[in-house]
Amino acid sequence: MTIVRALVYLITTVFFVYGVMRLRQPATARSGNSLAAVGMFLALIVTLVGVSIHHPLILIIGILVGGVVGASSARLVPMTAMPQMVALFNGMGGGAAALVACGDVLRLVPSARTGPAGLAIALIDILIGAVSFSGSIIAFAKLNEWMTGRPITYRGQRTVNGVVFGLLIVGGVYLVVSGAAGQAGIFVAYALGAVALGVLGVVPIGGGDMPVIISLLNSFTGLSVAATGFLLGNDVLIVAGTFVGASGAILTQLMSRAMNRPLGNIVFGAFGKLQTGAGEAREGTVQQTSPEDVAILLSYANRVVIVPGYGLAVARAQQEVKELMTKLEAKGVDVMFGIHPVAGRMPGHMNVLLAEVDVPYQKLYDMEAINSEFPRTDVVLVVGANDVTNPDARNNPNSPIYGMPILNVDQAQRVIVLKRSMNPGFAGIDNPLYVHPKCQMLFGDARQSLGLLLQALSEVVA
Amino acid sequence: MLSSNLILELYIFALAAFLGYQLISKVPSVLHTPLMSATNAIHGIILVGAISLATVAHGVLGTVIALAALILATMNVVGGFVVTDRILEMFSKQHTKVSDTR
Repeated sequence: MTIVRALVYLITTVFFVYGVMRLRQPATARSGNSLAAVGMFLALIVTLVGVSIHHPLILIIGILVGGVVGASSARLVPMTAMPQMVALFNGMGGGAAALVACGDVLRLVPSARTGPAGLAIALIDILIGAVSFSGSIIAFAKLNEWMTGRPITYRGQRTVNGVVFGLLIVGGVYLVVSGAAGQAGIFVAYALGAVALGVLGVVPIGGGDMPVIISLLNSFTGLSVAATGFLLGNDVLIVAGTFVGASGAILTQLMSRAMNRPLGNIVFGAFGKLQTGAGEAREGTVQQTSPEDVAILLSYANRVVIVPGYGLAVARAQQEVKELMTKLEAKGVDVMFGIHPVAGRMPGHMNVLLAEVDVPYQKLYDMEAINSEFPRTDVVLVVGANDVTNPDARNNPNSPIYGMPILNVDQAQRVIVLKRSMNPGFAGIDNPLYVHPKCQMLFGDARQSLGLLLQALSEVVA
Repeated sequence: MLSSNLILELYIFALAAFLGYQLISKVPSVLHTPLMSATNAIHGIILVGAISLATVAHGVLGTVIALAALILATMNVVGGFVVTDRILEMFSKQHTKVSDTR
């Protein structure tokens, strides 16, 4: 049976790797995901077959509860909430890995690695898994707006985090040297400390940086799963965990590169803290406009570029944007969409939302392609995007986002910004675009504003 | 301490790390989210570990830990694959549209 199991695990590994290979092209991506799921299913079946189970009821309850909760929550949440669901499920995996490692330390499961080395692996496993668990839950809470998306900082925060991390290392070394048996108090404190470290570490990170953090924590979970594989002597856990750990690491790198910020700056920078210094007061005034004026402006334009952002996702205004596109095209206006790589809360977030309402793929332009079009554009309509249009990233070396590649919307003839209020965006940074003479603001919820705009289009410009 | 088994496992570790890194290095940014989500589901393989724990777990503490690990790991697997499929559903819809218009 062990041979059969090992062979099936090998097949599972092949399914995983081939699945991810297919996930690298849009056309085959979905089948790649299904292949990986089939591989997972095979591994689970062969793990269950032929084992004598102490408490079958626990197994049934656990899988049933987890399956129902996982499937229904993944099915029922709106598309806009997908980023936080990824964070949540990632945290669950990290928690599970940490728990299995705890079971190993407590001698609840036959271990392949005994002695100090096994204990050291288990403790590293618990540390990484628990950090991923609590950190992902904080990321989920921030994105789901259960808590503020802004960085939460206080004096001496880094010192506190450093001390907690140092204590965990010291405690871990002590446990390994002295042997965990009879040190239950310290072991429990160690596990709880690891959970606390995840919370402390993610709390100071702004919501705008969450995609990168989720990717990093995804990599962490992969590594803790690999560590569990070493503990149990289970090859499929080692392969799959390491595979995810490595791919998560490179994904994290690619994402932080798209934001033009080193990873260290994202993790430790408390980026997006409200700037309190009054030094850079706004110059110029904000010009407000009305749906009717915008309707006229748009219908007489030759080319309109729509720049969607997180505000679009929050307001669930994708249907209205699609209608606006259809109406304008009926009037002979050339409509394009400019998609910044980090618009929204995840790379590709905007593409997914616009695809949901059948905006043709060819109308979505990435940053490089659309930036060369702005000088020949009559009107740019910014729908709920902020930091990715901030000219300070180009012009102001003192700005925290200086150097981040942005959409150069200020090079178009006119810019209309649909925005809820003058509050700064997720990053908490002033946007001088809003006081630019070319720019006019249409305040309100993106969906309502677009509704009014559509109405005005059919009434005013018949 | 360094059994031949462990050496083999370290080989697997090194090669899997290299493979994971290589596979993801050249991917269009549109696919970053689905990839993150799919690899998120794949590390749900920890459910295999949770099952091994649950089959031998004993005592109150063991039962509680095993049950919690099972629930969390199953959520990771099922939720992970379903979310990825929902995200990718959008892409395949897009793709059939593109080929329709051609």
